[in-house]
Amino acid sequence: MAEKVLMKGNEALAEAAIMAGCRHYFGYPITPQTEVAAYMSKKMPKIGGTFLQAESEIAAINMVLGVASTGKRVMTSSSSPGISLKSEGLSYLAGCDLPALVVNVQRGGPGLGGIQPSQSDYFHATRGAGHGDFHMIVLAPSNVQEMVNLTFKGFDLADKYRMTSMILADGTMGQTMEPVLLEQGEITQYEKPWATTGTKMERPHNIVNSLFLKPEQLEVENFKRYERYKKIEETEALYDTYRMEDADVCVVAFGIGARVSHNAIDEARKAGIKAGMIRPITLWPFPKAALKEAADKVKAFISVELSMGQMIEDIELATRCAKPVMLCNRVGGMIPTVKNVYDSIVEADKIGGDK
Amino acid sequence: MTKSILLAGFGGQGILFSGKFLAYKGLIEGKEVSWLPSYGPEMRGGTCNCSVIISDTQIGSPIIANPDILVAMNLPSLDKFENDVVPGGQIYVDSTLIERKVQRDDVEVFYIPATKMASDNGIRTLANMIIMGNIIKHCDDIPHDNIDKAMAKVVSAKHQDLLGVNINAVELGYNY
Amino acid sequence: MAVVFDKPHALTDAPFHYCPGCTHGIVHRLVAEAIDELGIEGRTIGIAPVGCSVMAYDYFNCDMIEAAHGRAPAVATGVKRSDPNNIVFTYQGDGDLASIGTCETVHAAARNENITVIFINNAIYGMTGGQMAPTSLPGQITQTSPYGRDVATVGYPIKVCELLSNVDGASYLERVAVNNVKNVKNAKKAILHAFKNQVEGKGFSLIEVLSTCPTNWGLTPDKALKWLEENMIPYYPLGVYKDRYSGEGE
Repeated sequence: MAEKVLMKGNEALAEAAIMAGCRHYFGYPITPQTEVAAYMSKKMPKIGGTFLQAESEIAAINMVLGVASTGKRVMTSSSSPGISLKSEGLSYLAGCDLPALVVNVQRGGPGLGGIQPSQSDYFHATRGAGHGDFHMIVLAPSNVQEMVNLTFKGFDLADKYRMTSMILADGTMGQTMEPVLLEQGEITQYEKPWATTGTKMERPHNIVNSLFLKPEQLEVENFKRYERYKKIEETEALYDTYRMEDADVCVVAFGIGARVSHNAIDEARKAGIKAGMIRPITLWPFPKAALKEAADKVKAFISVELSMGQMIEDIELATRCAKPVMLCNRVGGMIPTVKNVYDSIVEADKIGGDK
Repeated sequence: MTKSILLAGFGGQGILFSGKFLAYKGLIEGKEVSWLPSYGPEMRGGTCNCSVIISDTQIGSPIIANPDILVAMNLPSLDKFENDVVPGGQIYVDSTLIERKVQRDDVEVFYIPATKMASDNGIRTLANMIIMGNIIKHCDDIPHDNIDKAMAKVVSAKHQDLLGVNINAVELGYNY
Repeated sequence: MAVVFDKPHALTDAPFHYCPGCTHGIVHRLVAEAIDELGIEGRTIGIAPVGCSVMAYDYFNCDMIEAAHGRAPAVATGVKRSDPNNIVFTYQGDGDLASIGTCETVHAAARNENITVIFINNAIYGMTGGQMAPTSLPGQITQTSPYGRDVATVGYPIKVCELLSNVDGASYLERVAVNNVKNVKNAKKAILHAFKNQVEGKGFSLIEVLSTCPTNWGLTPDKALKWLEENMIPYYPLGVYKDRYSGEGE
């Protein structure tokens, strides 16, 4: 059995990608995800892989599209402003039904923003990663081990559903070093008969394409894609719970927000307040069923975010606004403190009223 | 048991390295650990700090607002973090570089002339490890065990020749 | 009856959608002939642009990818890096390659990416209906330069071969035209050479093909050929701009 090693989130993620069979990485330097690129630049040449520092984020995502077209596992990583630039490519990857892994180690925005941790690309990742109707599978690691496990998962789901998986991390998850077990089960190999690997003069040519000038046909393409999305929503939502058995107040948080909330919940419990947490691990698909079920039992929800209330919409939709949803947030690179979350829990416990 | 340790100083003092040493030592001893550096432009030549948590149970946030232990290796770090330390906590001060005394009386304070000791012993860059040794001396939850094993993990393969001097520096601090 | 003239195998049977007199058809054929002659169809992957030749993926028998506007060299880079044994070409117009995709073009050349770029320069945006291109000539009237391209306000045309000849990475750069039989034959030679370079691992080759757009130039096909000869060739001189392996243009 493999031994636990201490690794930074960004490096653990990069190593996991290599273990998952990714041999092509394209990126452009941007804080705070540069360790991913640095790690790949060191490792890839030694294992016959490709590390290429692209001329721009736009070029990098299109290089990813090129490798993805040939059916191989491929990834890029960036941080918020760079992800904006990749948006064009994300839309094309979706339109071409190509599997890829894209990592966003978020920083504060909008614009150039800052370089400290943020979760303010939630909407971008879950709703509007580019033009057109499409989704990405969005995975939100909350510790370094999940940076590893969700990288494995991300590649698998990308291949399985022919779409982009995005790891939506934050600077803290990227920079934190924690013990990790680098162990992966068997890698499922998916047939990729659509890949442009050369006809070998043995089959009709494959075309990777997102252009459909006949509206009837483009409509069908969209319908087909949403059939798959429906299946993903039904089967792939992941979440974790903490002290929810008898909770009156339900904190909903992911990434570093969930880590801080963990402490705040312990504090609240010490003070006699029954607080618990539902931690979405997939942000799309959002774990709606778990939230809906919790809505029958708790007095109130608190969305703990490093953004201006972006996740609140998903909580309200999932619970059909059955219970009040409060916001506990810090933005711009600030992180909610244990006290911030604790105070929100106390308040929610008061205003939540009856169950 | 949960111990949160904030190490702070200038870039180049080995702050991150000594944090890694403590984290690896905890890992070897079967503890949950986390290590979080400050990052960004401040890394480049300015102040530098790093948060290490060692615990018997699952670690919540890796961010430390109120450390149990503060290591201050320069004046700006002491000025910035002195008041954050929990009452009853410990502050380790490199007294070669920080002339002033700690103002609080509700914490344990250890003054170690680590930079001078390092320099006197011909290990100029290892003041950080001298202080680590002193923490091991005074903090029951960080025992005088596994120093060599932890050091072997953090000293890179290229620099294994420096293993011995690092361990010696820890012992120097332990015996101070 | 004996077949004396057939289409290349590397072209599908799909009828071209191009306007009458447009030279895209000629260049498609030249590319397909080169693929046939080198026997590389089974391992060739083409990248189509955004522009009039956006549907080139329907016309070539090899595997094809439709790239975003200007990004073909980046996509080609990915495909090539995925398996260097692949023969990868991009087919791009002037808006795609010399405006929105300038960055990708220059950097693919700088990396000496072992790909073949076929660059169609017809001095106008065709697909969107005749707007000014980065290669429109000074004074040229287009939909978005109705008083003629005024270099004082919109600047000068980009001469791609001249520009890239200063990029150390680029291996082979040649400008050809398809306005008469002699030039078509030269173009064929250049395109074949560019593919051959790739097969031999010689790196980045770009063939700039001066082409016509009778529809958007507002000329009959024969007058368009004449316009190309009289206006484009003097501004964009034909010839080899760089050949790393013969020293030409160095």
